[in-house]
Amino acid sequence: MIVADRKPLQEILEYIKDYKKIMLMGCGGCVTVCFSGGAKAVELLASQIKMARKEQGNDIEIIECTPTRQCEYEFLEELKKDVESVEAVLSIACGVGVQAMAVHFPEMHTVPGLNTKFMGYPVEHALWEEKCAGCGDCVLEWTGGLCPISRCAKKLLNGPCGGSADGVCEVNKDNECVWQLIYDRLKKLGKLENLNQVRKPKDWRTSTNAGQRRIKFEEAML
Amino acid sequence: MSESEPKIVAFCCNYCAFAAADLAGAMRIQYPPNVRIVRLPCTGKVDPLLLMKAFEQGADGVFVAGCLEGECHFLEGNLRAKKRVAYVKRLLEEVNIEPERLEMFNLSSADGPIFAEIVEEMTKRVKPLGPTYIGKKVK
Repeated sequence: MIVADRKPLQEILEYIKDYKKIMLMGCGGCVTVCFSGGAKAVELLASQIKMARKEQGNDIEIIECTPTRQCEYEFLEELKKDVESVEAVLSIACGVGVQAMAVHFPEMHTVPGLNTKFMGYPVEHALWEEKCAGCGDCVLEWTGGLCPISRCAKKLLNGPCGGSADGVCEVNKDNECVWQLIYDRLKKLGKLENLNQVRKPKDWRTSTNAGQRRIKFEEAML
Repeated sequence: MSESEPKIVAFCCNYCAFAAADLAGAMRIQYPPNVRIVRLPCTGKVDPLLLMKAFEQGADGVFVAGCLEGECHFLEGNLRAKKRVAYVKRLLEEVNIEPERLEMFNLSSADGPIFAEIVEEMTKRVKPLGPTYIGKKVK
């Protein structure tokens, strides 16, 4: 799922400083699960904003809403009336949600309240770790299900590097060396021969390096 | 109550602090009249939003009073409340409200006198701070 983190309150207040009536829009999808943009986060942030603005003697009216998914126009269409009644929208969905708003309501100033971080997995309750970089050319088959693109600081395809010590990454000591983990996993699977092959440089055009990517599923198109 | 008297909201667990407040009354113990008690089934019911809303609506101080650690009727409701109180203290700091206006206390249902002491302490703590910028407007 997509994991995001709230922006500092001061930054958010700066974005909306010229507005007297805004909509604070959360999302019922990924950001609800990671506590940053669900209905509860909307209420909490609205409360903080109202208090901060009261301190400045510049009260603000906030319409709170949390569509099922902010990244799909069907859910946004239902909110049209409310959106058109405000001066700006503060979105605490991921970057996709903010952009969906910008596309669907081009006249409306939509500002982000979150920093979208990564595609992650909850390793325990309320703790997420990045697991996929969306590189567009998955290597998990031969790496034993461990992704070196998102988890190796150097994105090596022929790791580990010389900085791997006692299973720990030299770039960030909080991280295990994923290449050590790959080696251990492949050994257990009896597939160490996967590492005998020297992997050629990755074609990064499948990743974000060639601009926006697009996927079309012809059969389902209307 | 005079204008300078702080308004304090107390979120009290039914099994300890609320019973202790009742006991304090039965024992005829005097404590400041600034406190407004909200009875909860457990402090685990305390949502961060509940604490924020209390301040947003003009409370000058808020405290959460739950069972002694390890003695929660629902096992760990009071430990969850403790984390949430710490979280809301950070949220309050972001909006320039002194975090010491919010506190978590632990006591048992036999602690009538301690409940009175807690109210005394919170009143003493909040009074010098004066009303919050919201409290000023509400009053």
